Amino acid sequence: MVLRRFDVHRATSVAEAVALRQRYGEDAAVYAGGTELLLAMKLGVARWPHLIDIKPIDPLRRIAATKNLLRIGATVTHWELERDPVVAKALPALARLEAGVANIRVRAAGTLAGNLAFAEPHADPPALLVALGARVVLESAAGTRALPVSELITGMYQTALGPDELIVAIEIPLPARDVRMAYVKFQVLERPSVGVAAVATVRDGRFVGAPSVVVGAVDEVPRAVPTAELVGADVRDPRTAEALAQAARAAVDPSDDLAGSADYKRHLVGVFAQRALGSLMAGVA
Amino acid sequence: MGKREIQLRLNGSDRRIEVEDQVLLIELVRSLGLVGTKLSCDTQVCGACTVLLDGRPVSSCTTLAIEADGRAVATIEGLADGTKLHPLQQAFIDRFAFQCGYCTPGMIMAAKALLDERPDPDAAAVRRWMEGNICRCTGYQTIVEAVLDAAGPTRSRP
Repeated sequence: MVLRRFDVHRATSVAEAVALRQRYGEDAAVYAGGTELLLAMKLGVARWPHLIDIKPIDPLRRIAATKNLLRIGATVTHWELERDPVVAKALPALARLEAGVANIRVRAAGTLAGNLAFAEPHADPPALLVALGARVVLESAAGTRALPVSELITGMYQTALGPDELIVAIEIPLPARDVRMAYVKFQVLERPSVGVAAVATVRDGRFVGAPSVVVGAVDEVPRAVPTAELVGADVRDPRTAEALAQAARAAVDPSDDLAGSADYKRHLVGVFAQRALGSLMAGVA
Repeated sequence: MGKREIQLRLNGSDRRIEVEDQVLLIELVRSLGLVGTKLSCDTQVCGACTVLLDGRPVSSCTTLAIEADGRAVATIEGLADGTKLHPLQQAFIDRFAFQCGYCTPGMIMAAKALLDERPDPDAAAVRRWMEGNICRCTGYQTIVEAVLDAAGPTRSRP
C-alpha cells in the first residue's frame, strides 16, 4: 500500500508543535513512531494532510527519575524502556511488559506516549499504567496540565486530548520498596486479548490497603477491579484468589470480537486475575 | 515542504536522495534496486520487510523514507563481503533454513540486529527475538539453528 500525499512538519520545540497543532487543527496528527498512525493511514481509515513530527524535540527523548517519580518523555520508545536500567529496577513489571509489546520492530519505533494517544483497546501499557497511578503531562497554548491515564483514555481510539494538546511526558509515581507489581496477559496474535495488572503492598502475607488491579484489552478502556473487600486478605488463601477472580469478571463488559467471544474473555479475565496474584507473590513481575 | 533531500548511509555508502514525505522506506530501497527487501503483510506483523535503521530492526513498509535522514540503513544486500556471504547467510544455507525464501531477508536482518546486540544468545532468546518474523513454509527450527550457528562456535548449545 502506498500513502496518499502529506507534509511532515518537523517541530524542534514543544511550543512549535503546539503552534502547528493550532494552525492545522484536525488536518494534522502528531507523529512519532508511526507504528499505529501510518498503519491507519495505509489502511485508509484515517487521513491527515499534515503530520507534526515531534521526534526532533530533544527534551521529549529522555527518561528521568527523581526520588518519587519516573518521567518518560513522549518520544521514548518501547525498545528504550525495555532496556532502561532505571525502569528495570524501579518498575520491573513495566520493563517486562515493554519487552512483550507486539514485536521487535514495533518496539524499536513505537513510543509509549503514542500507544496511549492512539487508545487502541488491545494494548498492554494502559492497564499497568492505570494500576500504577500514572499520569500524562499535556501541553497546549493554554499551558500545562496533568491527567491520570485512567482519564486520558475515554473510549476505543478516543482520548481526552484537546485539539491543540500534546502529550509531552508520562509520569509514574515510584512505588515504595515493599510494593509488588505484575502484568500478565493472554495473547495469540500481535495484540493482547486480555491483560491484567496488579500493584499491591503485601506484608506478612496479607494485603496492606486494597490492591490495585486493572484489566486491559477486554473493554474499550482499562477497567479497575473493585478490591476493597480484599484489604487485609491472606494473599495465599485460595478464597482470596477466587474473590479477586470474581470481582475481575464482574468488572468487565466484554464483547465478541476476533480475540474471542464475550464469555470466553470473561473467563480469561478471572484466570488471568488469579495469575496476576500468583505473579505478585512469586516476586515475578 | 512535501519533498526534501535526505542524506543517509545506505549499506555503507553515503547517499543524497530527494524523496517526498509520504514515501515509505521500502519504496525507497526497492526503487534503488535493492529488491531483497520484501513487502508481505504491509502491517508490521510479518517481518519480511525488516531493515536496520541505525542498527535497530524496523518494518520498512511502515517507516517513512525521510526517517533515514542522517542515519544508517542496512538491507540484506549490504551483508555479503563481495562473494563471501555473511555468516548468517551461510548458516541459513547450511541449515536449509528456507524454502521459498521470501521471508529470509527479513529473518536475516532481524537476526543480525540480535547478534549485534547480543552475540551469544541461547535458543530461547533467539525464538523470543524472532517471534515477530513469520515463515509460512520452512518451519522455525532450522531458522533458530541457523541463527545459533552464526552466533559462533564458542556458544554453548542448549
